[in-house]
Amino acid sequence: MNTRNTKVMNRFDVTSRLIAKLKHEEAVIGGIGNTNFDLWAAGHRPQNFYMLGSMGLAFPIALGVALAQPDRRVFALEGDGSLLMQLGALSTIASLRPKNLVMIVMDNGIYQITGAQPTPAASVADIVAIATGCGLSNSAWAADEEDFERLVDAAMSAAEPHLIAVRIDDKPGVGTTRRDPVQIRERFMHGLGVREPL
Amino acid sequence: MAIAEQRTSPQAGQGSSDRSWHGIVLQTLKRNEISLVPYVPDRVLTPLIKNLHADPFFTTFATAREEEAVGIVSGAWMGGRRGAVLMQTSGFATLANVLASLAVPYQIPLIMFVSERGTLGEFNYGQSLVCRTMRPVLDSLALEHHTITRLDELEFIVDRSIKQAVTTQAPVALILNPLLTGGKVFDK
Repeated sequence: MNTRNTKVMNRFDVTSRLIAKLKHEEAVIGGIGNTNFDLWAAGHRPQNFYMLGSMGLAFPIALGVALAQPDRRVFALEGDGSLLMQLGALSTIASLRPKNLVMIVMDNGIYQITGAQPTPAASVADIVAIATGCGLSNSAWAADEEDFERLVDAAMSAAEPHLIAVRIDDKPGVGTTRRDPVQIRERFMHGLGVREPL
Repeated sequence: MAIAEQRTSPQAGQGSSDRSWHGIVLQTLKRNEISLVPYVPDRVLTPLIKNLHADPFFTTFATAREEEAVGIVSGAWMGGRRGAVLMQTSGFATLANVLASLAVPYQIPLIMFVSERGTLGEFNYGQSLVCRTMRPVLDSLALEHHTITRLDELEFIVDRSIKQAVTTQAPVALILNPLLTGGKVFDK
């Protein structure tokens, strides 16, 4: 994988581009660390859920939301290191084929938040090839920002799960999520129309 | 997971009568509108898993790891759909992180059914050791858990525990003891 023709983008920029496209109260699940810090920094919305631990579970949590609310489009943002912890989830999702689930992988090849150590997959494994091999045939690298937006548009009206992988730089997240798990969960449920505030 | 020379004891897994342990669990899940049941399989749970698959009320499927299943039912609950996770003792042993960082702090009514290996005739030393980690982990997080040994108490414990989990927004582990299920015995 030494010959990569995809542009190295920025997580906050790409996340902001995604959020700007959401017009139908789509759910967004942010994986731990920088992934949800940038989701937070892109502007809090009631349909955002921020993980504070449980590394690797952004896609499974998003799958659960997608199965509970099949008429709502559900996006999940995950880092490459996190995804490596839970690769089995890709085949579960491929097997269930939820039509409303879009997975976005932010791949910088490092554990940025712990000191930028390279992941064991860096330079050798290809996330899109792994996803395709797991049965997620609609998986693609975004070539650049414009291509990312095009892939999001395509996934928005798709009838099958999509995975979009984005090569990103080594910058840390722009913001810091307020670490209040009960409030995060409760507001997310309000945002999904499951509950009304007291 | 099954190894060729291991078998389930005869009293477990036979028939699908409503008054079997697995029939009671299935009906109690249904009555409490728990329709999403991901699992990592276990020999003892086989009749329950088979009957869940056969009933269109349930969406049931295998996951690669138990914590993946916990993530799925947590997301589903936030989206308004109730779920429960089925696993074996050794699978529970992989869950300390997700319990402490997702289910407990976010107050998610995670309902877990654990088929208990490692006691009352265990033949695999590893299983007997991992079993000893289960209750200390549950107790360390002050999680509600019940070990179910009797068929006549099963419906009451399962039904009340599900209702308590939902209303108090707290996880619960229902441990299905070999006295209830027959367990898994070395038969060769």
